[in-house]
Parts: sequence; C-alpha cells; structure tokens
Amino acid sequence: MTDETALPDTSPEPPRETAVDLRREMADSGVQDILDQLDRDLIGLKPVKQRLREIAALLVVEKARQRLGLAHDTPTLHMSFTGNPGTGKTTVAMRMASILHGLGYIRRDHVVTATRDDLVGQYIGHTAPKTKEILKKAMGGVLFIDEAYYLYRPENERDYGQEAIEILLQVMENQRDDLVVILAGYGDRMDKFFASNPGFRSRIAHHIDFPDYGEEELFAIARHMLDDMNYHLTPAAETALAEYIALRRAQPHFANARSLRNALDRARLRQAKRIFETAQGPVDADALSAIDAADIRASRVFSGGLDAQPSSGDRP
Amino acid sequence: MRVTQGTFSFLPDLTDEQITKQVQYCIDNGWAVSLEFTDDPHPRNTYWDMWGHPMFDNPDAAALMTELAACRKAYGDRYIRVVAFDATHGWESVKLSFIVNRPTDEPGFRLNRMEMEGRKMRYATFPYSADRPAGQRYQ
Amino acid sequence: MEGSSDTPVTGAERYKAGVLKYAQMGYWVPDYEPRDTDIIALFRITPQDGVDPIEAAAAVAGESSTATWTVVWTDRLTAAEKYRAKAYRVDPVPNAEGQYFAYIAYDLDLFEPGSIANLTASIIGNVFGFKPLKALRLEDMRLPVAYVKTFQGPATGIVVERERLDKFGRPLLGATVKPKLGLSGRNYGRVVYEALKGGLDFTKDDENINSQPFMHWRDRFLYCMEAVNKAQAETGEVKGTYLNVTAGTMEEMYERAEFAKELGSCIIMIDLVIGYTAIQSMANWARKNDMILHLHRAGHSTYTRQKSHGVSFRVITKWMRLTGVDHIHAGTVVGKLEGDPATTKGYYDICREEFNPMALENGLFFDQDWASLNKVMPVASGGIHAGQMHKLLHHLGEDTVFQFGGGTIGHPMGIAAGATANRVALEAMVLARNEGRDYLNEGPEILQAAARHCQPLAQALEVWKDVTFDYTSTDTPDFVPTPTASA
Repeated sequence: MTDETALPDTSPEPPRETAVDLRREMADSGVQDILDQLDRDLIGLKPVKQRLREIAALLVVEKARQRLGLAHDTPTLHMSFTGNPGTGKTTVAMRMASILHGLGYIRRDHVVTATRDDLVGQYIGHTAPKTKEILKKAMGGVLFIDEAYYLYRPENERDYGQEAIEILLQVMENQRDDLVVILAGYGDRMDKFFASNPGFRSRIAHHIDFPDYGEEELFAIARHMLDDMNYHLTPAAETALAEYIALRRAQPHFANARSLRNALDRARLRQAKRIFETAQGPVDADALSAIDAADIRASRVFSGGLDAQPSSGDRP
Repeated sequence: MRVTQGTFSFLPDLTDEQITKQVQYCIDNGWAVSLEFTDDPHPRNTYWDMWGHPMFDNPDAAALMTELAACRKAYGDRYIRVVAFDATHGWESVKLSFIVNRPTDEPGFRLNRMEMEGRKMRYATFPYSADRPAGQRYQ
Repeated sequence: MEGSSDTPVTGAERYKAGVLKYAQMGYWVPDYEPRDTDIIALFRITPQDGVDPIEAAAAVAGESSTATWTVVWTDRLTAAEKYRAKAYRVDPVPNAEGQYFAYIAYDLDLFEPGSIANLTASIIGNVFGFKPLKALRLEDMRLPVAYVKTFQGPATGIVVERERLDKFGRPLLGATVKPKLGLSGRNYGRVVYEALKGGLDFTKDDENINSQPFMHWRDRFLYCMEAVNKAQAETGEVKGTYLNVTAGTMEEMYERAEFAKELGSCIIMIDLVIGYTAIQSMANWARKNDMILHLHRAGHSTYTRQKSHGVSFRVITKWMRLTGVDHIHAGTVVGKLEGDPATTKGYYDICREEFNPMALENGLFFDQDWASLNKVMPVASGGIHAGQMHKLLHHLGEDTVFQFGGGTIGHPMGIAAGATANRVALEAMVLARNEGRDYLNEGPEILQAAARHCQPLAQALEVWKDVTFDYTSTDTPDFVPTPTASA
C-alpha cells in the first residue's frame, strides 16, 4: 500500500490575484461565443443586442471584482423584457440563461416558462402550492413569466394572483442565488404593472425593450424561416410577401415574427393544395419547395380582412 | 443519546451546504427527493409524515432546501429526514435516507423485557418521547 | 470405424454394438446454434497427452448428459438427439498450453425444475473423474430465463433487506465474533452487544460455531438476542446478528431456525457445506418466515481456487442466487483471502445485477438474464480495516456488507470503539463520494479529516496503517483483449 500519511503541504498560499484579463474572462466563460452567435442568428434587434453586451460586461466586471476581493453582494439579476409579441423575448431569455450560466451566476442553463395559469390557482389554498411548484422547477436557473401583468387584477380584490405575487417577491428577494426571474410582456402594460407593484420594480435590475421589426427585417426573417424548412420564394412571391408584410403590419394583433410564421404556414398549406390540383404527373423537388405569389396573395389580408381570427390571438 | 438511523448519523450534523450536495447527488442520479418528519423515532416506525410529495421534476437542490427551511420552521422540534427514491426497475425503493434535523434533547428508548418460559425473553422498545401525545413530544 | 473421427456416424451404423468416439456419437456439433432455452456450460478442459481436444470436449458433453462408454441400443427408445449435450465450440485458452475452453449446450428437458442438486449431478457429476482428462473446471454457465424462473431466488433480496433494516445508501457493517471458538454464551453476547452498540449493523457467528461443549446453541441465541435488543434500544437503529443454524440434520437446522425466529432475530446463517438441497430448503423456510438468510461459503476453496480443476466461484454464485440465499461472501479484493479485482467484480455483478452482459475481463462468458430474481448482497470479509475504506467502497460498491472482525474487535480501545471507527470511516467516505470527490485518491485525507472528530478512528488508522495483503491471485480471468473499432 502507498504511504497513507499525506505529506504536509509546503507550497505557499497562491498569491491573491491582482489583475484580471476581462476579455479573456469573457471568452473563457463562453459568453463571447453566445453573444457572437446571437449576432448571427437573430435578425435586427440592435438595441437588444447592445443591452445584452452591456449586461454581460457588467456581470464579468462583477465577477472580477469578487475575485479581487472588492466588497460586494450577490447582485440582483432579475430582469424585465418588454415588447410586442414575436419580438424575440423568449429566444433572448434562453440566451440570457446561457450567459448567466457561463459566468456562474446560475447553476443550470435552463429556462422555465410560466404564465398566470401556471402560477395562480382556482380556489383557496391552491395558489401557494402551484406557485411554489413552478419556483422549485425553475430553481438553479431562470423563471420566465410571460405577460406577467395578468398576475395582478386590481378589479378583483380577492384575486388569488396577489398571493402568487407575494410568494414570488419573497423568493426574488431571499433566494437570489437560486433563481433569476424574467418578467415579460407588452411595454405599456408592464409599465402599469410596475407602477402598481413597486415591489417588483425595485427588484428588477435590468430592463430590456424589444422594438418591433421593420419591414425589411421581417422579410429577412421570413426568408430565414423558409430556408430552414427548405422552401423558397419565386420572384413574384417575393413581391407578394413584401406587400403582405406592409399590409399585415398595419393591422391589429400583429405579432411580428410569430405572425410571419403563421402566414408562412398558411402559404405552405395553399401551396400543397395548389400542387395537388394542378400537377400533371410526377413533381420534382423544386416544385415541392417553391412558394408562388398565388400562395401568398390568397390571404385575406389583401382583401382588407384579417389573416387570423383575433380570438386565436395569432398565438402559436 | 443520539438516534443513529439514517446514513450520516455518525458524522457531526450536516451543514446546509453539505445537505445541498447530497441532495444534488440524488437528483443527478434521477432519484426523487422528499422530506419526512416524525416525533416517534422507533426503529421500526416506517411511515414518517410526508412534507409534500417527492420532488420528481426539480433539477436543483435549492427546491428541497427551500422546503427544508419551511419544514424546520413548522417542525423544528422533531426529526426530519431527506429521503431519495429511485423508481428504476429492480429497485423501486429508497436509495438514500439521512436525518437533517433532530430534537435538541433525545431521551432515547426504554427496553422492556418480559420473562417467558424457560430462558426465553420477549423484548419491546419504547421511545420515551412517545409517552406524551403526538405533537407534544419534544416541546 | 470409417470416416473422419469428428464426423457423426448416422443411421444403423450409429447403434452397432461396440465403441464409438464421443464426437462420432453426436456430442460434437460444431454448427450448433444454442437455443434460448438451452443451459450452456463453459468448461476448461486439459486433455491427457495425445487426446484430441474436440474429442475431449465431446466426451465431457457425453459424460455430463446421456452417454456411457459404449453404444447402447436403448438410446433408440428415446429422442436421443435432443437429450445429447452438444459441444459446439472449442477454443485454446490464451497463454495456457494444453488447456481449452469447451462450450457445451444442454437441452432444458435434461433438468428437473428448481433443483440445483439435479443440475449439479449432471454437470459436475461423473464427468470430473473422467480419465482421458487431466483436469476439468466448470468456468461459467448460461442459465436460460426458462430455467431461472423455476427457482424462488433470494428469500429477501437486497431491496427488501434494506427496507426491513431501514438502512440505505451505504454498505452495511458487520463483524464476526472472535475468537472463533471457546467463548461461552455469556461472553459471546458481550462482544455482540459492544459491536452493535458501537455502530455496526450486524455481528456474525463464524462458520464453525454451531453447538459445542463450550457453548450450546440455545445459550448463544439467547444471549445474542439480549445483546441485539439492548443495542437496538440504545441506538434507535435496527440491529441483527447472523445466528448460525448449521447442524448435522435438517430437523436440527429447522429447530434452530424456529428458535431464532421465536426470539425475534431478523437474520439467520448457514454454511455452504450443508449442501445444495439443504440450502434450498433453508431458503424456502426463510422466505416463509420473513428471515434474511446469510450464507458463509465455508469449503468453497477446495474446488474454486485452482484454475485448472474444479468449479469456478462465479458458478457457485450463480447457483446460490438461484437457491435463494440473501448474503454470500464474495471476496474483498484488498483483504487476506483470495480475490483478483476483475474476477471479484464478476462475482459481485452476478449477485447484484438484473442482467450480466458478457464480460470476459471479469470471467463472465455469457449474457445472463436474471429474470427479476431478487438480488444477493455480497459480503466482504477477511483482513479488512477502516484504513482501506476508500478502496473497499471503490471496488465493492454500496450494496454490500463490509465485515471487519479483527478490524473491530482488535481495536485498542475496545470493541465499541472499533465499531465506531468503522462506521465513521464508512459514512465519511460515502459522504465524500456523493459530493463528487475523488475519494479513491483522497481516501487517506478524507479518513484523517473524519478522525479529527472521532478519536477511535484516529487510533484505528494509527494501529493498522501498514497492514496489507498483497499476494498474486491464483484465480484470474484468461482472455485476450480484442481491439474494438473505437480503440
């Protein structure tokens, strides 16, 4: 057997670090890669990307300060993401989780998404266990609460949402090491929500506003989506889609990328129907992947109607 | 005395940090962790009271630690144990179980002997604490 | 006889009075594909000089199934081809001149359901004395599910044993009472009490503690149960002592077992030397009476240890899982008794897994499906001490009993201190393992750190720090690693 008495450790204490290479920290943590990938994958969203870079820089600096022994607390990391539907909030939340994880602010790279229905119960005694269940699932990572303002219903004074809010606030304050909460929703409604719930406002460290996409950005997004699905637009269809985007954007219930995805799904349906009705004999791969102008122009948007029923909310 | 049920009873009481590591080990093995508490530490008292259901879907030990804090608040005067359950075929039972909270004073057990025929003896073990009604045993 | 000596003779020629080679009689079938229901045996054969290995394998197949030395016409009254065991593969043993691995398949109908006695009467019956062989060893067996299902299997099994004991997530701790012989019942119980109170889960009678002039069995049982109950009350933990019920007759064993039950013992013990049938009967009794059944493998080394002749312990382990014992001594790797690490792993896998994939490096020649039969708790015993805890946990895993006899009773501060040292060392090691530490390499530091709050452990580490048993094992697997695509 080997000698089991451990040798006394004669090596001197490692000297305390006196300097930190921030760029290297950023690269080693994988955060630089995440930011670069975001730049490549997400079309538009310039101000959002800018904010992400700022937050990442701040977090790297915080870590560095910690290493150099500069006094500090666990920073508050809860965030709010405001913007219209389909502007990339969920996608960015996933990336944010990866950034926080890369830098060691959260223990696992996961995002649990919840809405009021997941948190608030139907009867007395139902809400606390429900909220706690979601919180426990999310612990170690990020809890993303979509349309967070629905938690607060001042018109009903016995609304169970208040109970969920209190539990949430408590965890956001006391278990900052265990959980990062991202509240998301329309900008104006979030403003009102924060105004009537100052507890939330004071616990949110970072606000990111997600602007609507411009027409050209939306067109590029549509192209990207079709590419991914192995479809392409004929030249006539390109014109039709550009017109569609301009018209649809002006209509109510427009949900940016999400509306586009739905529109493209419907175009694919029409394309399939068209091929069946018109094909003589076998069809080739090109025919199966070409979206033509007619597939887009059949939309009700061109006749002044809505392309989707408002009740379905144009949600996925 | 010190009740030495559970896996780590011969070590100094585990700190919350140590408990967290054990719990995370269980979760990472795919076991469902849960808390149970009792004021009857009889060695064959199998069914301690459950503090909620086993946590089947929580990837981080913080979930259990949150519940442990709440359980201690409510039943800090009793025994509390962490139980990890493995649902894998061929096991389907407890994989790890250790005490994470105990009463400040553990009075122990009385051993009753009843002399039977010949040299035979019947034994019965009574927790002294069980002389008092449930709920008031460690107050 | 005409034809090549390996080719079966067919038709009327086959049954002409006289002598045929075994291969010619149909016991060598090189293109045979074993059926899922066949029992397969792997023998290591050492033919006499000049004996063809294929003929030798066929002879083993013949002698362990239907054949006799000469042709008999009465074979024709039977479905002889079905009943003939078939040697179907013969490989030279790597690095062992003159030795061969012979694979022999047996039809399931050759065996009585649920009887190890019947199985062994065939497989290790006459054939081991067969003259054309210098030596013969049964290395491994593939037991088909159809056969496994005819056995009860372990009376309690690892999972239910743990549930009854309320002990999870760590190896169990035991100690054999020492000295082996000579203690009176009253003195014997003292050792049990001290060891259990100090932190062990079990104490154990030694294999040859039965009912001798210095201590009759009833005395031992009575004092031991006083000790068990007292220790239980002092710790709040379930405790047990393996009461050895081994005796001269079944009637006597049943009487002792019944008495152990009456006194409230949770476990009894038997020795391997009582025989397969007696073991199976005691396993049935244990199942009916909620008793854990510990088996001490007394005597096995007479036929398991030498590589060229006998029965491998892995085969004994397979038979014992079928017969239904709950505990079996299966080696320590680091202790004083025989045990190569790779070979020992094979035994432990047989005890504890639901399915054993073929693993030549561990001596397992076949896939073995255990068909949900209960698992056997392997016991590590013999020359082990607290200072080896990291190695024991690493080699032997969690579902096992570590038995520190001398390592408990020989502690300078007494038996209870020895027990405490072992328990603290064990819990500290499991804690470290679960925390993800490299406990095998950091073992000594982990133990030292634990010893800071446990003086008995500090003393144990000091006293036994240099004790090791590093000898070359006699029973190691013979295999040539084959390069794989990924290697």
